[in-house]
Amino acid sequence: MWFNFFIYILLMIGVFFNILGGFGLLRFPDVYTRLHAGTKCTTFGSIFITGSVIILGLKMWYLGNIDGSILAIHTAGALVAILLTNPTGAHAIARAAHKSGVKPVDAVLDSLQNKSLKHNVNKKKIKTEKMEGGK
Amino acid sequence: MIEFYNEYVIVLIALLISITMAIIRVIKGPTAPDRIVGLDTINTIVIVGMVVFGTAFNEIIYIDVAIVYALLSFISTLYIAKYLEGGEF
Repeated sequence: MWFNFFIYILLMIGVFFNILGGFGLLRFPDVYTRLHAGTKCTTFGSIFITGSVIILGLKMWYLGNIDGSILAIHTAGALVAILLTNPTGAHAIARAAHKSGVKPVDAVLDSLQNKSLKHNVNKKKIKTEKMEGGK
Repeated sequence: MIEFYNEYVIVLIALLISITMAIIRVIKGPTAPDRIVGLDTINTIVIVGMVVFGTAFNEIIYIDVAIVYALLSFISTLYIAKYLEGGEF
């Protein structure tokens, strides 16, 4: 049946990307590149695995099993939770790593070096600059 | 008779391999953000693993557990990142 074949292809893509994420987490040299591997690959792989579970649930529902509808809808809820929380957490980790002083390994230019983010602005520095400009 | 999907059990074993690699990164990460990246990856894979486990053994309650685990692990990740960042809460 071609329907099962489709489910197997989705599962293979998802497992491939999840293992690739773990492997990249071991091999990359730096916090930011590891974050790139460990977040994006696992998000992409988990989209495919949960998609295969949703299709399996819809198939069970179509064949007359009512549990299939519960499986599909709850898995869709889990997928929405993953898609909302994972990129936000990755962004928070990258921001915290940069502010705690971890540098990229082979980076030539750090564009954020002189820009202070909003709540970390040194107020005395701004005041003295303003006074010097006035004089 | 318990319905049992063999292919999802194989997927679970593959996810365990990925979790093992992330655990190695957590143990030997040179800095603290490396360890947090490993923990975040483990959280995502555990969520998917719960969904796959619930499908493989026909226990739909595990998928609800996965949703709650996703939200709680997100809160813990944000809290640790805020702690690393320093400054005022």
